[in-house]
Amino acid sequence: MADVLALDGTGRAALAGEELRELYRLMVAVRHLDESAIRWQRQGLIPGYAPQLGQEAAQVGSGYALDMSRDFVFPTYREMGVARTVGVDMVEYMSTHKATWHGGLYDPKASRFAPIQAVVGGSVLHAVGWAHGQTLDRTPAGELGVAITYFGDGASSQGDVHEAMNFAAVMKAPVVFFIQNNGWAISVPTERQVAGGSVAGRAAGYGMPSIQVDGNDVVAVTQATAAALAHARAGKGPAVVEAMTYRRGPHSTSDDPGRYRTLEEERTDGGEDPLARMRARLLADGIADEAFFDEALAAAKAEEEQIRAGINALGPRPGTEMFDFVYQEPTQALKAQASAWREESEHV
Amino acid sequence: MSMQQALNRALAEVMTENPRALILGEDVGQLGGVFRITDGLQKKFGEARVFDTPLAESGILGMSVGLAMAGYHPIPEVQFDGFAYPAVNQIICQVGRMNYRSRGKLPMPITLRVPSFGGIRAPEHHGESLEAMFAHVPGLKVVSPSGPNEAYHLLKYAATRQDPVIFMEPKSRYWQKGPVNTGADAAGYSPTGSRVVREGKHLTLVAWGAMVARCLQVAELAAEDGIEIEVLDLRWLKPIDAEGLAASVAKTRRAVVVHEAPRTSGLGAEVASIITERCFGTLKAPVERVTGFDVPYPSGDLEDEYIPNIDRILYGIQRVLEYRRG
Ligand SMILES: Cc1ncc(C[n+]2csc(CCOP(=O)(O)OP(=O)(O)O)c2C)c(N)n1
Repeated sequence: MADVLALDGTGRAALAGEELRELYRLMVAVRHLDESAIRWQRQGLIPGYAPQLGQEAAQVGSGYALDMSRDFVFPTYREMGVARTVGVDMVEYMSTHKATWHGGLYDPKASRFAPIQAVVGGSVLHAVGWAHGQTLDRTPAGELGVAITYFGDGASSQGDVHEAMNFAAVMKAPVVFFIQNNGWAISVPTERQVAGGSVAGRAAGYGMPSIQVDGNDVVAVTQATAAALAHARAGKGPAVVEAMTYRRGPHSTSDDPGRYRTLEEERTDGGEDPLARMRARLLADGIADEAFFDEALAAAKAEEEQIRAGINALGPRPGTEMFDFVYQEPTQALKAQASAWREESEHV
Repeated sequence: MSMQQALNRALAEVMTENPRALILGEDVGQLGGVFRITDGLQKKFGEARVFDTPLAESGILGMSVGLAMAGYHPIPEVQFDGFAYPAVNQIICQVGRMNYRSRGKLPMPITLRVPSFGGIRAPEHHGESLEAMFAHVPGLKVVSPSGPNEAYHLLKYAATRQDPVIFMEPKSRYWQKGPVNTGADAAGYSPTGSRVVREGKHLTLVAWGAMVARCLQVAELAAEDGIEIEVLDLRWLKPIDAEGLAASVAKTRRAVVVHEAPRTSGLGAEVASIITERCFGTLKAPVERVTGFDVPYPSGDLEDEYIPNIDRILYGIQRVLEYRRG
């Protein structure tokens, strides 16, 4: 896949041994958890979920490149793999799919992972604001915290995404715009969504560098993201990474992809499975063996068990919390509504 | 001091007291805003803290969300009320909800300044009354000053809150002058709740923004006929000061709400409902409303017909005073 406008410098030395094994472990954990979440939905443990089958390399690779001591992630509703990679508590993450709390129960400040966002393109501008805040903090170039904002090919049609790219480029804000072009926005394919066929291609118009990367190659994604991060961290402004990948399953657990594509098309358009590809590479390079793959899968299963138990144990939030987090300084009217609610519900 | 100067002074003091406060928007820097509310502030506080953004309202508000997440206190301006519409997605879905979504971990201390309401014969979208729309949104607070002193105090207060406040400046009053109590003189002034600006015993006129001055004129005229009208400047449109409202109407037992916004589902209905809930037994007549109409804000030539004028307000008062139970 061609660089639309090559980023200067890679920002990261070639990945080796343990790093490559770690990338594989992460992808297995994410794949397993993702498939489990779909099962949990079918079993009624959670009401809904947005799967990412086929996007593991894009998510794990980009998350792996981040420096979570200073960077900040602005996700959509489909970034479970990024969340897992950067260490967000997975029970607290999944709580949003359990319908426990919009945005998730994790602390976005402590985890440096913004609340789950349902409005497509909704948080892209937030990344620009946060990133400009890093500049205002007078962090020396080379040490800047970088905001990475995730969105899809569909979201790229939103006006806010244009505003964000333009603002970031004008202000030289340290932002990485990370597009997972998974071929579809629900039922609408990229060619009917993105004029020109590429989001990365637009970057030139804003005067920022961009790179289109094979989103099924976790190593390539890590390298590309690292290069974009290095560019932004150095105070050179924003950069775009477009990971070309494929959403293999349904858009969400309530979607029926049979209405807009055939299984045959899924097979041919899907490209290489990112997990199988990494596995083959590790084997070919003698970096891992069957025992390692078995271990990685066993670890993923154990982790899934724990997360499942955690989700099972998640009770509903106390009703009072509905009122507790509207304001930092609650109004009298809201306090009155809360006590009226208490009275009315205790009355019956 | 004019309201423009009072707002400018309040901003300067907020910026001095809070080094994390930022002013951003279209033309707010060198130009000082099209209404000059931010005049000289860029010179005083630098281009990092007072900065022009590209011309995109959603961008301004979305960026403010991120700045708030990074620990800043953004004070964005949208140039005219009608241009807040392109930012509504960010205001409602993001600004109003982030504290909730994050369980209080990501407060949104954003003070959005909106030059508001009509009365200056401006082109389309340069005069709108958005208060009911914003007041309906959970997570937002809404306030509107009626004169220079209110403007100074309410803005200083709003811009030091940890919650988002939509600050609606009545643009037709920008150049109106009045005394402003600053410094030691300001002690004892409360920027919360409503304020009785004229005492009376026969009827309460409830208003905000530019309508307060008009209601004071009406009260003067009515006094010539021996009718003593109390004028209540509501100030906070969310939260509404129910106690203050009830206290005034409990005394006068009659009320008329006056606003520029369209009538249907306007704040007048909310005010009337609060009064009814609290004062039903003592009311001598139903609460009346004198408002704009359910039409797009009309052109300058028709503005005088649309915005409640003295005659229409007097007529509303008459309807209440002459009310007889059927
Ligand atoms: C502003 C907005 N409009 C519509 C939707 C409904 N919706 C949810 S996901 C989606 C498609 C998004 O596609 P894309 O951005 O490519 O991301 P993907 O889901 O493929 O990861 C739509 C239309 C929404 N969430 N937000």
